[in-house]
Amino acid sequence: MEENDTDPTEQVPCTNDSGPEDHTQDHATLNYVGIEAVLDQMRRKAMKTGFEFNIMVVGQSGLGKSTLMNTLFKSKVSRKSCTPNYEEKIQKTVHLQSVSHVIEEKGVKMKLTVIDTPGFGDQIDNDNCWEPIVKYINEQYEKFLREELSINRKRRIPDTRVHCCVYFLPPTGHCLRPIDIEFLKRLGEIVSIVPVIAKADTLTIEERQEFRKKIQHDLQANEIRVYPQREYDEDAEDRILNDKIREKIPFAVVGTDREHQVNGNKVLGRKTKWGIIEVENVAHCEFTNFRDLLIRSHLQDLKDVTHNIHYETYRVRRLNDSNVNGLGLSSLSITTGENVL
Amino acid sequence: MQCTFPGGNISFEHGLIYTGLQARNAKQQDKQYVGFATLPNQVHRKSVKKGFDFTLMVAGESGLGKSTLVNSLFLTDLYKDRKLLNAEERISQTVEIIKHTVDIEEKGVKLKLTIVDTPGFGDAVNNNECWKPITDYIDQQFEQYFRDESGLNRKNILDNRVHCCLYFIAPFGHGLRPVDVEFMKALHEKVNVVPLIAKADCLTPNEIKKLKDRIREEIDKFGIKVYQFPDCDSDEDDEFKQQDKELKESTPFAVIGSNTVVEARGQRVRGRLYPWGIVEVENQSHCDFVKLRNMLIRTHMHDLKDVTCDVHYENYRAQCIQQMTSKLAQDNRMDSPIPILPLPTPDVETEKLIKMKDEELKRMQEMIQKMQQQMHEQDQ
Repeated sequence: MEENDTDPTEQVPCTNDSGPEDHTQDHATLNYVGIEAVLDQMRRKAMKTGFEFNIMVVGQSGLGKSTLMNTLFKSKVSRKSCTPNYEEKIQKTVHLQSVSHVIEEKGVKMKLTVIDTPGFGDQIDNDNCWEPIVKYINEQYEKFLREELSINRKRRIPDTRVHCCVYFLPPTGHCLRPIDIEFLKRLGEIVSIVPVIAKADTLTIEERQEFRKKIQHDLQANEIRVYPQREYDEDAEDRILNDKIREKIPFAVVGTDREHQVNGNKVLGRKTKWGIIEVENVAHCEFTNFRDLLIRSHLQDLKDVTHNIHYETYRVRRLNDSNVNGLGLSSLSITTGENVL
Repeated sequence: MQCTFPGGNISFEHGLIYTGLQARNAKQQDKQYVGFATLPNQVHRKSVKKGFDFTLMVAGESGLGKSTLVNSLFLTDLYKDRKLLNAEERISQTVEIIKHTVDIEEKGVKLKLTIVDTPGFGDAVNNNECWKPITDYIDQQFEQYFRDESGLNRKNILDNRVHCCLYFIAPFGHGLRPVDVEFMKALHEKVNVVPLIAKADCLTPNEIKKLKDRIREEIDKFGIKVYQFPDCDSDEDDEFKQQDKELKESTPFAVIGSNTVVEARGQRVRGRLYPWGIVEVENQSHCDFVKLRNMLIRTHMHDLKDVTCDVHYENYRAQCIQQMTSKLAQDNRMDSPIPILPLPTPDVETEKLIKMKDEELKRMQEMIQKMQQQMHEQDQ
C-alpha cells in the first residue's frame, strides 16, 4: 500500500480562474465542502449544448435594419445578405421571414435567428399591420406550450420564441408617431421591446437628447413598457443597473459594414464629405451601448424574461381560456388529439 | 464609473456591465469580437444569485454510519437532537421519512441541502416491503412537482424531488443480501441509486476489493440500474479522463465517516482513533470518502439533478399521463373536464394573498440586503 502524500490541511486558494480540475483535488481542509464547483459543472454543460437566441427587427423599410443586424453580429446574418437575387421591393403585406445561423465565439456556440418583418408600416393604410407580428409571436408561444404539455417531450424543447424585438424609430426628432404608439403598446405586453433611433447620423447630439426625452415622455404617457421593464427588476442591484440603462433608452444607432482608416486604425464607419462616422465610437453614436446591452450583459436576461414572464402570461391565459370552454387544455387533450382551440 | 460587486470581476462602464475578462479587455476589443462569449458568465451570475438546491436520501440499516457520513460530507451536525431508540421501542418501529434542511454558503454560492433520512429501514424482523414508504415518498414528490408544473402560478416552484439516494451496504457479509437487491430494484427507476460499502474500516484492502467485485457482479446479475457516471467527451484532457476512469472503477465506494477530529501525522484531521492506528476519513488510501464527496458535490451534482429531471421525472410523468388516459378511455367520459390538470384558477382572494406575500418577500429580501451592506461597511 503506497503512502499517501497529500497533506490533508493544505489550503489551495480557489480563484475564479481555476478550472474544474482544481476543485476536485484533495482540498481536505476542515471547513471546505466545495459547492461552488456546481457552477463549473453548469458551465461545461452549457458550453456543450450551446445557446439559442431569436431576435426580431421591426420598422419601415430603409431604416437600416439589416445593416444593423449585420453590424451587431459582425457577420452577414440578415435575410438580405442570405437570399440570392434579393430585390428591394415594398411588400404588399407584412410577411415575416426568419433566417438562422450558428455562430461561434471562444468556444461558445449560439444559434441565432433573425426574424425580419418587411412590409411593416410601408403601406398607405397601415391599419393592423402589427397583427401578423402578434400572431407570429403567439404562435411560437403556442408551439412551446404544446411541446411542454406532450407526453414524450424532448429534453430540450426547441425554443423559437422571440426573445427580443428591436423596434426602429425613424429619426424625425419630434416624438412618437401614432403607428409607433400602437405597435409599442400592443407588443410591449407580449414581448421585450428594445426601441432604437435608426440612422442617428442625421441628428446632432443635442437633437438626439431632445428626441430621446420626448420619446421617454411619450412612452410613459402611454404606459408603454419597454425592456428592461421596471417591474421585473429582481433586486436592488438590478434596479440600479437597469435604471441607468432606462435613462438612455432609446439608443441612437448607426450601422454599417464598411471599414475605413481613421488615425491609422481600421474602424467600422460611414464616410461622408464632412467626416467619418465611427460606429463603435461612443462619442459618435450609441451602437456600442446597444450592443453591450443586448449581447454582453443582458442576453441571458432577455431570454429569462421571455420564458419566465411573457411565456407564463401566455400560458396562464391559454389555460384559463380553455378551462372556460369546459375542455381542459392539458397533456391529455394533446395525446387524445382533442381540438381545444 | 468603477464599481465592483462581490464575486470579483464585474465593472461598470457607460452604465453597463462588463463581466470577467471583458472588464479588463474592454478597451482592446478584437475586431471580430461580438461578445456573446460572455453568455456563460451571465448565466453564472444569475445562478449565483439564485442559489442551488439538492435533495439527498440516505437509506440502509441502523448503525451503518449514515448520519455520521452525512455530517462528514457536508461538515454539519444535523443530528444533534437525535434520540436513539432502545430495543423495546424498536420492535414496534415502522419506517419513517425524516427531512433535515440546511443552508450552506461558500464563496458566495448558496446551497439549500435537504437530507431525507429513513430510520427504521430494514430493522424489523419481517422486512417485507420495507421500502414502500420510501418509494411512496419519492412518488409523492414527483406528483407534487407535476401538479405545480401544470398549475397556473409557476413562479416559485419548490423542487423537492429526490436527486440521489445513497444506499448503505453492510460490510460484514459476502455481497448483497436479499433486502439490498429488492430495495435497489424497487428504486432504481425512480431515483439515482448510489450504493456504498459502509464502515469500510473493518475490511482490509484486499477484502474491500473482493467485496466490490462481488457487489458489481451481483448488480449486473440482478439487473440493478445504479447511477452511471456520464462518459467523458473525447476532447477532455487526459487528466480528467484518467480521473473519470478511476472513479468508475472504484464503485461501489467504500466509505468511512467521522464526527471527531484527531491528530494524525502532526495535523488535525477527521478520523477514528484505534489502538492500532488512526483511520483518516479524507485519506484516499484509507477509504473512498473523498471520491464520494467529489463525485457528489464537486463533479456530478448537476448531472444527478439532470438525470432526475430528464429521466426519472419524465418516466413518472409519462406513466401518470398514460394511466389517466387509459382510465379515461375505460370510463369513456369525454364530456367532463379533467379535474386534475391543470389546477383550477385560485380565486381572486387567494391570488391577492399570493401577490401580497410575494411583495412582502421581496421587501424583506431588500431589507436584508441593506442590512448586510451596512454591516459590511461597518466592518471596513
